[in-house]
Amino acid sequence: MLRRKIYNMNLNELTIKEAQEGLQKKKFSSVELTQACLNRIKERNKVLNAFITIREAEALEEAAAADKLLQTKKAGPLTGIPFCIKDSIATKGVRSTAAAKILDNYIPPFDATVIKKIREQGGVLIGKNNCDSFGHGASNENSMYGPVKNPYDLTKVSGGSSGGTAAAVADNMSIYGIGEDTGGSIRQPSSFCGLVGLRPSYGRNSRFGIMPMASSLDIVGPMTKTVEDAAIVMEEIAGRDPLDATTVPDKVGKYTASLGKSVKGLKIGVPKEYFEVAGMDKEVEKIVRNQIDKLVKMGAKVKEVSLPHTKYAIAVYYIVVPSEVSSNFGRLDGVRYGVRSEAKNLFDLYTETRAAGFHEEVKRRILIGTYALSAGYYDAYYKKAQQVRTLIRADFDNVFEEVDALITPTSPFPAFGIGEKANDPLALYLADILVSPAGVAGVPAISVPGGTTKSGLPVGVQIMGARMNEEMLFNIGNNLVE
Amino acid sequence: MAITIEEVKKIANLARIKLTSVEEKRHAETISVVLDYMKILNEVDISGVEPTSQVTGLEDVVREDVPRGCEIRKELLGQLPKMKNNELVVPAVFE
Repeated sequence: MLRRKIYNMNLNELTIKEAQEGLQKKKFSSVELTQACLNRIKERNKVLNAFITIREAEALEEAAAADKLLQTKKAGPLTGIPFCIKDSIATKGVRSTAAAKILDNYIPPFDATVIKKIREQGGVLIGKNNCDSFGHGASNENSMYGPVKNPYDLTKVSGGSSGGTAAAVADNMSIYGIGEDTGGSIRQPSSFCGLVGLRPSYGRNSRFGIMPMASSLDIVGPMTKTVEDAAIVMEEIAGRDPLDATTVPDKVGKYTASLGKSVKGLKIGVPKEYFEVAGMDKEVEKIVRNQIDKLVKMGAKVKEVSLPHTKYAIAVYYIVVPSEVSSNFGRLDGVRYGVRSEAKNLFDLYTETRAAGFHEEVKRRILIGTYALSAGYYDAYYKKAQQVRTLIRADFDNVFEEVDALITPTSPFPAFGIGEKANDPLALYLADILVSPAGVAGVPAISVPGGTTKSGLPVGVQIMGARMNEEMLFNIGNNLVE
Repeated sequence: MAITIEEVKKIANLARIKLTSVEEKRHAETISVVLDYMKILNEVDISGVEPTSQVTGLEDVVREDVPRGCEIRKELLGQLPKMKNNELVVPAVFE
């Protein structure tokens, strides 16, 4: 985020790259780095509510072990670097609630594959972040552990659903974070909190251990202070996983190598539909247009393009996602794990457990999905949505014949007020209008900081690319932020 | 309204979620607004369009069928909300 390099920065303010260098040159230890983050958490979490679980003693133990590992040749790029994780991602031995009371006591006996990759190389897990319950929301107000506040303005939302992770990294409580994105849950909070957030291509990273929301859209990715950091994390977490049959066999790219490249000659599309949505904030549009001009000055060829089915993405998203939710959430019944409401018969055990353990929005999505999949409505809702999903995918396939990438705002507006949209579910759904299409189509998209409004709120620029072309996003994103 | 309180009661029953009457009313109202919005899809010509259920194009992904151990048996059992003699306890299915 238009980040100034200050020589005597506090350790918790460092990027991954800076922390790596400091650890390698022994300027500081992982224990010192971790302590700096924990101190910041102690000071700020009561204000921001970004963490549900904080691992003070355990993190310091992991940091001490990492310091030993750093003396050997076995250290990896993320060894000794403190990070935090959205609470809907399973972490071995660490409570993972998904910000839902039904999992208030849940301690997974395994790590999600992406998390395992980081922890096995000595990444220091400092805590689990607040989020919208099971990822259902765009403001972090649908948490059963209270909303997360935006570090730039405490009266505003952090965005969602990975809002706690965004606030934690933006407020320097953690060096970086791992979030999950179904239809914008990494990019939109990253935009609201002035961070870099990457939604990788669907299938690029393993979903094993990610509590499922909509299995055909969910993907896990990095939330970082710089584009370079996002590339560093992706090189470590991406790849095929035998435990997730939807991961692709494509070779993982050398993402950090794409950072130094120029945008000269690249063809970049500006999809007109993304600038015509209702409620587009003039200041946001101006900031994004300025970034587009910057690319032109750097030698990119920018042209207006059209993705005609963009305006149907939210309707498709809010049929397909609740349908998959209603099916996926059958497992959350209080029988084998989680918080059970005891009852005299099994039927009441199910209905009372789910009544007490789910947030209102989770219930709403299960109900919408159950309705859309029920006899008599299946063709009118679910099947039709899947057909329009094909047309949205085709829009992207067609446009990437013409251009190398697309550039748009991440959100039509900067962070909105806490409570402002809380009683209007549809208004909150529509907040995802510019981020849900990439989720529906499974293409990669990154949000990078583009500037701030006059009132000091960050504005994100979204860059979308063709499937499996994360390198293009890192290249363009890095040129914009540099 | 696109969906009535009676229909909400019916789907809540199918979805195994107990709702209060206040919740039933609120869900009927808010879900009706959402379903009304979905009508936007009626504008689209979908004749002959194949539905998308996945985006990777991968098919028949299999792995070797080799037995593996389960080293986390104890931790898994530790998650059971109610247990007796190492077995899961639930209320009787039949009265």
